[in-house]
Amino acid sequence: MTEWLERHVPKMVLAPSFVAVLIFVYGFIIWTGWVSLTRSKLMPKYEIKGVIQYERLFASPRWDTAMDNLFIFGGLFIGISLILGLFLAILLDQKIRAEGVLRTIYLYPMALSMIVTGTAWKWIMNPGLGIEATVRNWGFESFTFNWITDPKMAIYAVVIAAVWQASGFVMALFLAGLRSVDEEIIKAAQVDGIPTWRIYSAIIIPSMAPIFLSAFIVLAHLAIKSFDLVIALTGGGPGYATDLPATYMYAMAFSRGDIGQAASSAMVMMGVVFTIVVPYLYSELRAKHD
Amino acid sequence: MTDFTQNYHPPRRSFGQLALRWLLFALLGLFALFYLMPLFVMVTTSLKSLEEIRTGSLVALPRDVTFEAWSTAWSGTCTGVKCEGLRPYFWNSVLMTVPAVFLATLLGAVNGYVIAQWRFKGANLIFAMMLFGCFIPFQVVLLPMARSLGILGLAGSIPGLIFVHVIYGIGFTTLFFRNYYVTIPAELTKAAKVDGAGFFRIFWSIFLPLSLPIVVVTVIWQFTNIWNDFLFGVSFSQAGTQPVTVALNNIVNSTTGVKEYNVDMAAAIIAALPTLLVYVVAGKYFIRGLTAGSVKG
Repeated sequence: MTEWLERHVPKMVLAPSFVAVLIFVYGFIIWTGWVSLTRSKLMPKYEIKGVIQYERLFASPRWDTAMDNLFIFGGLFIGISLILGLFLAILLDQKIRAEGVLRTIYLYPMALSMIVTGTAWKWIMNPGLGIEATVRNWGFESFTFNWITDPKMAIYAVVIAAVWQASGFVMALFLAGLRSVDEEIIKAAQVDGIPTWRIYSAIIIPSMAPIFLSAFIVLAHLAIKSFDLVIALTGGGPGYATDLPATYMYAMAFSRGDIGQAASSAMVMMGVVFTIVVPYLYSELRAKHD
Repeated sequence: MTDFTQNYHPPRRSFGQLALRWLLFALLGLFALFYLMPLFVMVTTSLKSLEEIRTGSLVALPRDVTFEAWSTAWSGTCTGVKCEGLRPYFWNSVLMTVPAVFLATLLGAVNGYVIAQWRFKGANLIFAMMLFGCFIPFQVVLLPMARSLGILGLAGSIPGLIFVHVIYGIGFTTLFFRNYYVTIPAELTKAAKVDGAGFFRIFWSIFLPLSLPIVVVTVIWQFTNIWNDFLFGVSFSQAGTQPVTVALNNIVNSTTGVKEYNVDMAAAIIAALPTLLVYVVAGKYFIRGLTAGSVKG
């Protein structure tokens, strides 16, 4: 009996967490998937009616805006963060005496809540009292920076705040990568008289491909889940000009009382994450077995 | 690694190198300003009077420093109907975060210990399934979780929020501990078993004492995530049990009365202080958590 117990204790210890994950991750995904195929409105119904919710979703102009915004926001946010992060990492990699301080300064936004970030940038970009007013006071009377209230530009205001928050993190990833490149190779290249920019573009940066991939995955994941930042910065507005799938889902679930739409939009978000994360996780886990 | 100032170039290029060095510092300084500017603006705005905010410049230092906005933000400003400031919500966040961090870290430690050191058939599959749970967009569990919390009698309560944060924190904490324990040689466990030590004894006397660094990383990671969470907070709380992020958003986006920007900024800093403090005190571990969460293995 004690021997049996001794043998099975590890499984029994792991079991509660595993069951919790089974129910609260996988069970819940199935529940949401199921409800997305029903006519649920204010209360969930469980009678399957086919893909009607998805038809409604794809016919909805608001969802259209949300998906367009996701691609604009996601593309710019990921692209700028990657470039800026790499650039900062290379600058910091030049044997700077104040590196520790600068790294701390570049990275601290990552410790903040997106709500705090949104609040700060909302104030800075406030047309009446923020940057616009300040620059006008300096004498540039026609200066305008009203992105946050301009339906066409508001999504780019979200990009600025998001890049401010996450680019330092990308910098930290790349800096760690730069530090792990074999110094012997670099020394050899320097002895051969190869200019520094060539050493970076031909040797160091290509060797960091895995870090590009991880950074991309994390940023893409942040972009798809972005919710708090939009809520705090623009509230999804003006109108629903800065709606993202996450805010659409929330609005449907908690203010419009349209559970079917909430469930189907959540499933589409899930699908987007799937197509990005699953191949990555698969290759990561496989690499560990080899 | 690469260094503009090293002297393997002919000396005639040294002027160009010096210029490059200055350009480098100028760029680094400009970016430092870019990252610091919002914090600077938040702090200075919070110390100004409303009058000074309306007439003065965004980037100017306060003429008359006043802490009035801070005391209003902490104990007087209105979130919806009640006007008792951020204080009760700040404590809600503390009451929610501390137990949630403790439980998720504890569960992650034993889970990681089992998966890394007591391998059994299917353990890797279980790990992969838990890992996947870290990556789902939480929107996909919001609706069923709202109903489940209702059924469990935890709807709109702080224990409900603790429960949610623990459940969706397990994946990451297990990942952290598993990756840490996997580097400890299996011989250690084997030798201890030969000496007659059992599962818990080995964990308690051998693994736990070795775990301080990863415990710190995990606690900081969980603390930052849970304190900063908004989605679960806004979905599963009600008036009175809201965490500080939700209250801050309510203050800033309330449309009634005069817009008190100084109070907004003071409230934002108050909400950000705990995680900022952790970052300043233990930044090294914070970065380690960030990179461990993104670069596995």
